[in-house]
Amino acid sequence: MSIPSIIRILLLGIILVLGGLWIGQNVNLLPVDASLNAAVYDELFRVLFSIGTILFLGILGLVLFSLIKFRRRPGQQGDGLALEGNLSLEVFWTAVPAVVVLFIGLYSFDIYDRMGGMVPLNHGAHDHQQMDMQQNIWGGIGANVEVSNTDNALAALPVEVTALQYAFLFHYPKGDIISGELHVPKGQLVSLRLEAKDVIHAFWVPEFRIKQDVIPGQPTVLNFTATKTGRYSIVCAELCGPYHGSMRSAVVVDEADDYNTWFSNNAKTTVSEA
Amino acid sequence: MTAAIPPTSDEQLDHLQPTGWLRYFSFSLDHKVIGLQYLVCGFIFYLIGGLLGGAIRIELASPMSDFMARDVYNQVLTLHGTVMIFLWIVPVVNGAFGNYLIPFYVGARDMAFPRLNAVAFWMIPPAGLMLISSYFITGAAQSGWTAYPPLSITTPAAGQILWILSVLFLGGSSIFGGINFIATILKLRRPGLKLMQLPMYCWAMLGTSILVVLSTPVLAGTLILLSFDIVVHTGFFNPGLGGNAVVYQHLFWFYSHPAVYIMVLPAFGLVSEILPAHCRKPLFGYTTMVYSIMTIVVLGLVVWAHHMFTSGTPPWMRLFFTIATSFIAVPTGIKFFNWLATLWGGRISLNSAVLFSCGFIVNFVFGGITGVMLAQVPFDIHVHDTYFVVAHFHYVVYGGSVFVIFAAIYHWYPKITGRMLNEHLGRFHFLITFIGFNLCFAPQHWLGLNGMPRRVAEYDPQFTFINQLSSAGALLMALSTLPFLWNVVQSAINGPIAGDNPWKALTPEWLTSSPPPVENWTGEAPLVTEPYGYGVTEEQFQKTATNNSDRRSSDQ
Repeated sequence: MSIPSIIRILLLGIILVLGGLWIGQNVNLLPVDASLNAAVYDELFRVLFSIGTILFLGILGLVLFSLIKFRRRPGQQGDGLALEGNLSLEVFWTAVPAVVVLFIGLYSFDIYDRMGGMVPLNHGAHDHQQMDMQQNIWGGIGANVEVSNTDNALAALPVEVTALQYAFLFHYPKGDIISGELHVPKGQLVSLRLEAKDVIHAFWVPEFRIKQDVIPGQPTVLNFTATKTGRYSIVCAELCGPYHGSMRSAVVVDEADDYNTWFSNNAKTTVSEA
Repeated sequence: MTAAIPPTSDEQLDHLQPTGWLRYFSFSLDHKVIGLQYLVCGFIFYLIGGLLGGAIRIELASPMSDFMARDVYNQVLTLHGTVMIFLWIVPVVNGAFGNYLIPFYVGARDMAFPRLNAVAFWMIPPAGLMLISSYFITGAAQSGWTAYPPLSITTPAAGQILWILSVLFLGGSSIFGGINFIATILKLRRPGLKLMQLPMYCWAMLGTSILVVLSTPVLAGTLILLSFDIVVHTGFFNPGLGGNAVVYQHLFWFYSHPAVYIMVLPAFGLVSEILPAHCRKPLFGYTTMVYSIMTIVVLGLVVWAHHMFTSGTPPWMRLFFTIATSFIAVPTGIKFFNWLATLWGGRISLNSAVLFSCGFIVNFVFGGITGVMLAQVPFDIHVHDTYFVVAHFHYVVYGGSVFVIFAAIYHWYPKITGRMLNEHLGRFHFLITFIGFNLCFAPQHWLGLNGMPRRVAEYDPQFTFINQLSSAGALLMALSTLPFLWNVVQSAINGPIAGDNPWKALTPEWLTSSPPPVENWTGEAPLVTEPYGYGVTEEQFQKTATNNSDRRSSDQ
């Protein structure tokens, strides 16, 4: 192999990596990010998207190159090169993907930890008095998302979510409010405790990048902190019957003041903390 | 089940081939007849499943639920998934090509248990008919091909029970086939033929059959428990009666994740047969291919809970299954790099079989990359149960397995019928299939990322255009079967005569006549120790290149 072709391959590789990185960082396929989770998630997405783009374009390029360059021309006889294997090459393309995959796995766990996913579900921040801990929490993204950034958010805002065919109901233990829409203040940690009445549903807010199955008989937990005011869809993501597609609700993220107004207008019991 | 005119065993001993088209409707014990029965039966169900898929895409061409009733829509999506998996891909990549090829590859005259083999096939048409007819008789199951309780317990019981029964039949057929393949590959090899000399498809089928035998019984047991819950109101999975709905998911995915490998490992094997013959090169890295298949088999059994990252799974379980799932990318990657290396420096005939194989490589790499992304818990939490997942698994099972089925049909058609297919039509078929497939499924990734869940009949109006794009792709896919069907039928009648070995391939099935006689060889089976012994040394390669005055291919 002559030196120019090595340089050519190197150059192609550099262009590929830089191009993939550029696409991964600049092509945005995701909706607006409206929670602390979402920003972290988008970081992971950009990394995965960059690596994926580099790999895919590289392999696509190799396939096309081989098909064009090594195609059988008219009149050409005979076989290709009798290459049965190459140990160092095979070790190379075993080791490199293993390292990449290991990196992705560790990195995504760092991300997951930052989302609060690695907190043991039945310890620590979940024994609010409102939460009846007789039943185990079976799954979800747990507690201990840093409750910083805000002054009044000393504790998580607990909300009990009930899913049934084909609606979500939100119960605020503090004010004994039952609402068909979820109202949360911007910047405050919200802790949902979800349980279904009939079949399995799933609670999904695309703009928050969080989803949790809502299971009958097995309460689950989901914590998030909204960062942008607005109105976002809550989508049921688990097939739950004929009207699954129309099982929608909304989460309304307000400034703290607006939220407090809504809360006191609807609260049945006066709550000192609110 | 109809005209049961079995070629009795003494006829078999007399080497009397049951002739005429009726033998394809008989309880034939000839592995080649059974292979074709699987293939044609599977293709008919592919057309039915395709119609169901088309109905889904028509419904989704508009954001309203306006094409069919909502419960009918759920029946259609349940049937679409069940038919495509259990009646098309699994029987065809395993049963059809496995039965046709494995006895040739091990140098045998038939499978180890020919009668069990025929029984395994004849379980499929009644099961399939029962599944389809449930739609007309009672209304089909409505809970998706996953049949998660409590939904599957609360939807109309008759359809769900018929669904369970037919899946049990199909699972039984699959287990019989798996046992047969293991016995044939391990015990029926021609004397002198070593395991590490077998064509790669044998290894793929050995690995697949191990998965089938280990995991399908778990699905069968689970579905029987589910049917108890439905019929006699036991409470295994019914939370209302103290049962646990998530346990069902564990048991279901313990089979159904390996089922993905049951659908793609044989496809990997078929591609490993097709590429070397048309690239005129040995299969690159035979030994690492074998080890990666076996690694995929082992890892494939311990990754099931990645389908349940948003269910009730504790954090440690999420950690374990993320790592295990991600590592499947390593042996899978080895196989893809080996195929790329097989292409490199070849004399590639750009025919339909190669085009479909390379289409498979491109599609599957794409599906594999999104697969590694989905294996990451935090990533999956956003896109689980959305169109991103729908797009991902269609890239794997359609872009992967179905592309390979077409490649395999183009490759082995001359052997099966003795006639060549029309190459121009074949390449045209590839082109519109490839474009249609990518147009249909690539945009769905975006839909999932932006908030469209799967299994819905209605969606937000902002997704209308992308869904219509996807439906247009589906229409193209539907149209792409027409040139294929025409080609297959027309060529069987008056395609050019193929001869015994039109590809000058070295694997054993090409060393007999086309179509092969009953019991495969007129004399003794040939001993093929180098099924991929193609290729010339480097000096000869350079010389032929310059002899043909092609200077570009000589400077690498």
